[in-house]
Parts: sequence; structure tokens; C-alpha cells
Amino acid sequence: MNERAIDVRGLNKSFGDRHVVRDVSIAVDTGRITGFLGPNGSGKTTTLRLLCGLLTPDSGEGTVLGLDFRARGDAIKRQTGYMTQKFSLYEDMTLEENLAFVARVHGLEQRRERVEDTLHRLGLFDRRRQLAGALSGGWKQRLALAAATLHEPRLLLLDEPTAGVDPKARREFWDEIHTLAAGGLTVLVSTHYMDEAERCHDIGYILYGRLIARGTADSIIRDSGLVTFLGEGPGIDRAAHLLAQADGVLSASAFGAAVHVSGVKREALEAALAPWRKEPFRWSEVPPSLEDVFIQLMGRERDERYTS
Amino acid sequence: MRGSLPRILAVLLKEFTQLRRDRITYAMILVMPVMQLLIFGYAINMDPRHLPAAVLSHDTSTLANSVVSALERTGYVDVRYLPRSDEELDQLIRRGQVLLGITIPPDFTRRVLKGERAQILAEADASDPQAAAGALAAVSVLPTEALRNERVGLGMPRSTAPPFEVVVHRRYNPESRSPFNIVPGLLGIILSMTLVMMTAMAVTRERERGTMETLLSTPATPVEIMVGKLTPYVVVGLIQTVVVLVMARGLFSVPMARTAAGWLALACGIVLFIVGNLSLGYLISTVARSQLQAMQMSMFYMLPSIFLSGFAFPFLGLPPWARVLGEIIPVTHFLRIVRGALLKEQVLADMGNDLLALGLFVLAVAGAALARSRTTLD
Ligand SMILES: Nc1ncnc2c1ncn2[C@@H]1O[C@H](COP(=O)(O)OP(=O)(O)OP(=O)(O)O)[C@@H](O)[C@H]1O
Ligand SMILES: [Mg+2]
Repeated sequence: MNERAIDVRGLNKSFGDRHVVRDVSIAVDTGRITGFLGPNGSGKTTTLRLLCGLLTPDSGEGTVLGLDFRARGDAIKRQTGYMTQKFSLYEDMTLEENLAFVARVHGLEQRRERVEDTLHRLGLFDRRRQLAGALSGGWKQRLALAAATLHEPRLLLLDEPTAGVDPKARREFWDEIHTLAAGGLTVLVSTHYMDEAERCHDIGYILYGRLIARGTADSIIRDSGLVTFLGEGPGIDRAAHLLAQADGVLSASAFGAAVHVSGVKREALEAALAPWRKEPFRWSEVPPSLEDVFIQLMGRERDERYTS
Repeated sequence: MRGSLPRILAVLLKEFTQLRRDRITYAMILVMPVMQLLIFGYAINMDPRHLPAAVLSHDTSTLANSVVSALERTGYVDVRYLPRSDEELDQLIRRGQVLLGITIPPDFTRRVLKGERAQILAEADASDPQAAAGALAAVSVLPTEALRNERVGLGMPRSTAPPFEVVVHRRYNPESRSPFNIVPGLLGIILSMTLVMMTAMAVTRERERGTMETLLSTPATPVEIMVGKLTPYVVVGLIQTVVVLVMARGLFSVPMARTAAGWLALACGIVLFIVGNLSLGYLISTVARSQLQAMQMSMFYMLPSIFLSGFAFPFLGLPPWARVLGEIIPVTHFLRIVRGALLKEQVLADMGNDLLALGLFVLAVAGAALARSRTTLD
């Protein structure tokens, strides 16, 4: 069962004259966790909604869970769990009531057991009688995940599931997702967090509606051709500020007491750094981080837009 | 105080900005008063004229005809039907096609000429006392006015007592008790008000709170969602009906249906009416973009339901164009059904048209609501 859970090509969607998703083709193998990254307004939510049939694409074809995704939307919905970016369960119902509703609407058998299991599994059992609206942000996210996975879907679409969630809860959240994926579930998850991107099996990066990078984190970093230097020493943050304007430097930003300076052309970058290779600063070449790469990707796309 | 002026201005400008964005509210602010004023200003007439009447004349003499023309000359009633039998006349009144039925006995002319006490019978549908009063006003002037010229021609002295008298029957509500009319009417208004408003929020609330996205990502279809959302309110409507009817009986002594057939007819009307209101509310909720808009649209619907349905003013006293509008409103038909069943002992056969109208309303509105329901967010 090594088929593709998602295999769509040429996806397009416009709202009025705003072309929000442009020729997106995306394939996800069964059992993989794919991170979906991109700046605000780049079309992540829209793409997820297109995939689960909440929006009708202007064009595009392909299969989701082996079913024609344009014609079999109903069948796909039954096997897909979708967690929305904005909490969208019923705030005036308790956790238990919300889950019971989801279980019923999916026509599940042994509802009571499954609701209780899910409540236990996600550590929500003690709060089952609380109103969903009274939960804090992180607990709401857990409830939403519980609701999205209750019917044991084969595909899980998560839209920024950990926005505003504390680190411990986030880790638990991701452990949970990895457990589910180990059981054969395919996950497509949008996020703005780099550490979460690194927890994914592979990554898709979307910008202005185009999917411009796809692959594992390592391959994306390798393919970027980016060179990054790490600078340390007192006052380096002020240096970073000036470096950012220099030719050959794509980005220079502070990471605590250190700075990452990146560029695509090694010689140009070296030249820009030369004036700063002196005491008290120390420089060393490091592998670029995903964030460096994404910042570069954003810049590159912008340049292309100006030239085209 | 001087310091708070800029802040007042800030809030004030913000309110205007938001008001301007909310197109429908904006339109309502202007359209509502203009439309309502035009419609109700012209439609409502506290002194209704041209009420429909029927004359059953067993006497074909010119004298009897003069009485009929005198009746029409008052302007209060129009003789629309000339039934041939008591049964026919009775049915016209019972079904509400006429408010007034005049029966002229076969010996009318003979008795007038002989100076004996001639009588004609005027039966008014007093289930709506206000309307009946209008019709009976026309009748009351007949004895002195009707045969004035004829009497001169026949050489009768002008000064003697009127040549005939009118026997008045107020049917269905002989004591003209207005609760008999108002309380059943209130049932229609109360049901409309609660059911339309409650369901008008149904979809709008989900959209406003964002829960629509979850709902649509489940396998539930639009029909399933609609039926699921409306069914609880059918129960609400039935409970309200029972409460109103029990109070009508207990507090206001309003008569109830007296036969099983009457109850059956009433039950059919109530169920259709409840479903019709719920469908309308649901349709509103698929159109309105916020709960406030849903409220406004419900209000917009309630005013004609009160004024053009025969609740506040006699339906037959409205101008023809307003009656056409009224026929579209379910409350109009429901009022006829409830008053018919409770006061006039109507059965299914008498209500055919009104039940059919309610049925058509349900089909059209529920169909439109479903057509507007979406399975996607776009
Ligand atoms: N219903 C809609 N009508 C009009 N425009 C829309 C609609 N939904 C989204 N858009 C536009 O489409 C673009 C992409 O939005 P989308 O929500 O997919 O971005 P996103 O990548 O999820 O952003 P974020 O990271 O902020 O969640 C945005 O410019 C947004 O304004
Ligand atoms: Mg989004």
C-alpha cells in the first residue's frame, strides 16, 4: 500500500481577480508527514480547503486517497480529518458533546467508547464536561485534533495546529501526529514554525500561491545553494544591520548573540564579510538553516516578480 | 469634558465606518421605512368599504331588487354572489368568502305592500367583530333608506314606520367578543415571530462563529443539515401551540374545534404553518451575512404578517392589491384556518385553498433555501 495519498496537478483558485493558488501540483506518499510552509496570505489555507473539498478549484485534477478529488468530494470527506486554522467547534457545547456530535455525523459505531478513548488519548478526559469555549488556546487545539481524528481518517489536513500552543504541548502534539503517521495516516500540516518543519518527513514551501520548493528539509537546504556564515562577538548585532545592506548578502539576522549571514555567491559573500573579519568578531561557515533558506526563497521570488 | 471630544469623535467615526460596510443594514435603514409606509399607509383603512356580501332572494319583485341596490349604494358592501339556496349561502359565509349574507323571504313584497311586518335576514360573519361591524353598518340604514322612492310611488305616507325590519344574526361569535378573534390570530403571530427569528439565526450563527467550516468538512449534506436544524423547532412550535390554545380556552373561553374532523383540519394547518415558517427562517439565514441582518429581515417580514394578514385589520377590508400581497403571506392562510376550525366549525374541505397555499409556500421556500445551501465555502 505504497500509493500516493495525495496526487493533484495544476490546482488553481481565484477569489474575484485575486489569483490565490497558482498551478499547484502536489504529491504526498501514504504515511508521510508533509509540512506546508509559506508566509501569511500565500495560500496555505486555501490549498488545504481545496484538497478537502471545502472550496471548488477553478482548475486542477488528480486524486486524493485514490479518488478523483473533484468528483468524489463526499467520499473523500468521509476519510479525511480537517483541522481548521481558526477554532471551529461549538464553544457552547462541552468537549464530550462536541466529540459525540462529530462521531454521530460521521456515522461511527460504538460512539461512546470511541469518544472516551479519544478523550483519554489526548488527555482531555478530566475536562470532558467543560464548555469548549472555556478552554485555553492550547486545549482548544487538542480538542480540535481529537475531533479531526475521531473517525480514524486516512488523511489528516492540519492548518496551523499549534499556533499559540506552549512548547510542551506542542511536543506532545507532534508526538501524537507521529504516532498516527506510523499507523499509516498521511498528514499535511501547515505551520510557521521552523522546528515543526524539521519534524516533518518532507516540506512544501508555497509563496504567492505557487509551490516553489518541495522535498525533505535536507534536500531543500542542499538545493538552495545557500552559503551561511555564523558570526559571534560583542556588537555583532550592529554589524549584522550594516551587513544586510551589503552586496552579495541576501540576509543577515540576529540569532541571540550570534548572526546568520547568507548569500548564494560565495565570493560576493566573502567580499562583503571581509571588512568584518577582525577582532572581536569570529566567523565560521555553518550549514544554512531552513529559515535562512526560506528567507532566501522569499527574496528570490520577489526578484522574479519584479523582472517578469 | 473637552478632552473626551476626540474620543467621542473616534467612536462616532468608527460606528459610521462600520455602518457603511454593512450594506444590507444600510439599505434597511432607508428601504424599511419607505416601503412599510407606502404599503401600510395605503393598505390600512380603519373604515373598510366594499366588503363582499351575498344575497339570497326568494322574492324576485322589483321591491326586493331595490333593497339590494340600496345596500350596494351604501358603499360598505359589494354584492358578489347570488346563491340559490340556504346551503350555498351558508357555505359562502362559513368559508369566509362573504362577510354578510342577506336573505329576502318569498313573501317580502306582499308583506310590505300590505303594511305587515316584513323582515329580511342579515347574517354577518362576526368571527372578526371589527369587520362584521362594518358590514352591519350598511344594513342598519336599509329600513329607512331603501324603499323611500318606491313608497312615494306606491302612495304610502312618508312618515309611517319603516316598511320592513332587518333581523341581524352575528354568527360564530354572537357576543362579538374580540378575544375570540384576536387570540387565535395571536397564535399565528407568536409562531411566526419565534420560529422565523430563531431559525433565521441557524446558518448565520454557524457562519459568524466559523463553525460552518467544520460542519461542511463532515459528510453531512445540505438536506441533512437543514432537516436536522429545523426539526427541534417543530417541537418548539407545537409546544407553543398547545400553550396558546390551553390559555385561549382557560383564560379567554375561546371555543375549540368541536369535532375530530375539525381538529384534524387544524392540526394539518398548524404543521404546515410551522414548517413554512421554519423554511422561511432558514432561507433568511442562508442570505443574511450576520445575525443582526437576520434579525432585521425577520422584522421586515413580521410587519406585513401583522397588518396584511387579517390579524390587525379585516382582510376583506384591504384594497385588492394589498390582499394579493396578503395571500402570499402564510399568516393570512393560517388565520383563516385557525379561526375557521375554532369558531366556524370548518373541516378539511372548507380549508382546501388555504392548506394548498401553505403547502405551496413550504415547497417553494424550502426549495429556495436548499438551492441556496452550499456544500463549500465559496
Ligand atoms: N474567502 C476569501 N475571499 C477572498 N479572498 C480570500 C478568501 N480566502 C482567502 N483569500 C485570500 O487568499 C489569499 C491566501 O489566503 P490563505 O488564507 O490561503 O493564506 P494562508 O497561507 O493560509 O495565510 P496565513 O498564514 O496567514 O494563514 C490571501 O490573500 C487572502 O486574502
Ligand atoms: Mg492560513
